[in-house]
Amino acid sequence: MADLVSHPDEVKVVSKRFGQGAANIDRYLELDGYKAVQKALAMKPDDLITLVKDSGLRGRGGAGFNAGLKWSFVPKQSAKPKYILCNGDESEPGTCKDRLIFEHDPHAVIEGVMIAGIAVGSHTGYIYIRGEYRYLSEIMQKAIRDAYTKGFLGKNIFGSGYDFDVYWHGGAGAYEVGEESALMESLEGKRGIPRIRPPFPAVVGLWGGPTVINNAETLASVPPIILGGADWYAKLGTPKNGGTRLFCLSGHLNRPGVYELPMGYNLKKMIYEVGGGIPEGRKLKAVVPGGSSTPVLTPEEIDVPMDFDSLAKAGSMLGSGGLVVVDDSTCMVKFALRIMKFYQHESCGWCIPCREGTDWLKKTLIRFHSGGGVKKDIDNIQYLSENMLGRTFCPLGDAAAMPTISIVKKFRKEFEEHLDGKPCPFEKAAVEQLPVLA
Amino acid sequence: MRFSDEFESRFSEMLTHYPTKRSALVPTLLYAQDEIGYLSDEAISEIAGRVDLTELEVRNVISYYSMLTTKPRGKYNVQVCTNIACLLRGGEEILDHCKGKLGIGHKGTTADGLFSLEEVECIGACSWAPAAQVNYDFHENLTAEKMDRVLEAYRKKETQ
Repeated sequence: MADLVSHPDEVKVVSKRFGQGAANIDRYLELDGYKAVQKALAMKPDDLITLVKDSGLRGRGGAGFNAGLKWSFVPKQSAKPKYILCNGDESEPGTCKDRLIFEHDPHAVIEGVMIAGIAVGSHTGYIYIRGEYRYLSEIMQKAIRDAYTKGFLGKNIFGSGYDFDVYWHGGAGAYEVGEESALMESLEGKRGIPRIRPPFPAVVGLWGGPTVINNAETLASVPPIILGGADWYAKLGTPKNGGTRLFCLSGHLNRPGVYELPMGYNLKKMIYEVGGGIPEGRKLKAVVPGGSSTPVLTPEEIDVPMDFDSLAKAGSMLGSGGLVVVDDSTCMVKFALRIMKFYQHESCGWCIPCREGTDWLKKTLIRFHSGGGVKKDIDNIQYLSENMLGRTFCPLGDAAAMPTISIVKKFRKEFEEHLDGKPCPFEKAAVEQLPVLA
Repeated sequence: MRFSDEFESRFSEMLTHYPTKRSALVPTLLYAQDEIGYLSDEAISEIAGRVDLTELEVRNVISYYSMLTTKPRGKYNVQVCTNIACLLRGGEEILDHCKGKLGIGHKGTTADGLFSLEEVECIGACSWAPAAQVNYDFHENLTAEKMDRVLEAYRKKETQ
């Protein structure tokens, strides 16, 4: 379905089977499939956790938490069943990588779920796929059926005496459900409203049982780590940022696409060499480095290694790997407005700072962009956003606030150009939309 | 109320996946909607009974998920993404083009009941923007001309 691209700088670990028909289980087996899980079954669970911890694999959904460390939080003894939950609710604007994994290598996700299960002593895994990805859910359902037919899932897998079941689950359109506790609510058949923590899912998760929740790309990275070793994987990336990741390049680029590059790959190179630079000789204005929730970077800030710690130092986040490139023909007020419209639409409404904050910010930005803004709005947009930060049940409030604050701070001049009823300087048609000033 | 055999076998299998019945609710609602076109009162009541919930509890879930609808809509639901990656590559123009072509606005349905139009949030096609989904089919790297061909293909499918 979605076109594949490639670049000489790519290091293919998660994407090595893309385009090779590995959704077919026999083909997957030819390409080293289900070898890692057999190796894992022969290992001690604690060694498995240490291996993944040492590999420096960090959560690919956006938070960047060490995956092995997350697994280690699951209690050894539990009266309730333990669960593995694969988060395939990919919805962060700018992100389209899990889609390729499900399409081209669904068994790698199943195998990752199994290994996570063996590591924490769980016997059941769920793979949650967003509702819009119906064709992927069909591919995944077939992959699971095939794995059962071969006897790789179910009772006594690979003659080890270990039982493991994997089920798929589908969403029905909700960004918020990508947040781990909301994801569990959704899987339990409820509105996707986040749960208060503690207790954390590793202790009290699905139906009250200890639950490990990992992103699909994180889990698909596990089998190669088991086979290749922690050292090999860690060395592909930068210190504490092991391996590679799928970067989704989009926006104003000559060669957008999903590329697998080592952690710590230079952002500037990613834009100008891998992505082929900006079309029609236009200039770079801003970069969203890791999905719409991450603070934007200006052209002066892009000489930075793309790993979790370097991006944090640069005042942004690596997030979900969704890189959106914005050229100088773009109105940043409109860009901020579109981001806020999204978060306002997706806010579950459970907690007040997010529900009211995103709504007022959206209203203010609509009025502002159409020429009805006053000077104090600019400070107000920033002030409102800053007051959402850290004051919401789940990170959706932060996700709405962070890019907005960065845009107001870094592109204040563009906001000022919209003042006094002036039409948006970037839109030819804006004159007709001039509203009545309050 | 009767669903297809495929729905029934899927539903009964799904019930075996979870420790609670209601866990099967969200995917079941979507599959039911795919069969009927929307979640009718009758369907809601039927599904609520099957998972031991009240209709109110089921409606409460429906209203949360953007893909679920209790109102009938066109046979082909054209969902145009205008989120940031699509916005930068002409997603709004594609949406406007569809509005003009179909003569309907956001969440509108054509008089013949063939098409509905919806402006949607990110559908995970950012690297192939601008993009749209017609029901579950992805259409990517769109231009106005390509969008016309896409709509025409669905129209043709209907008359064949």
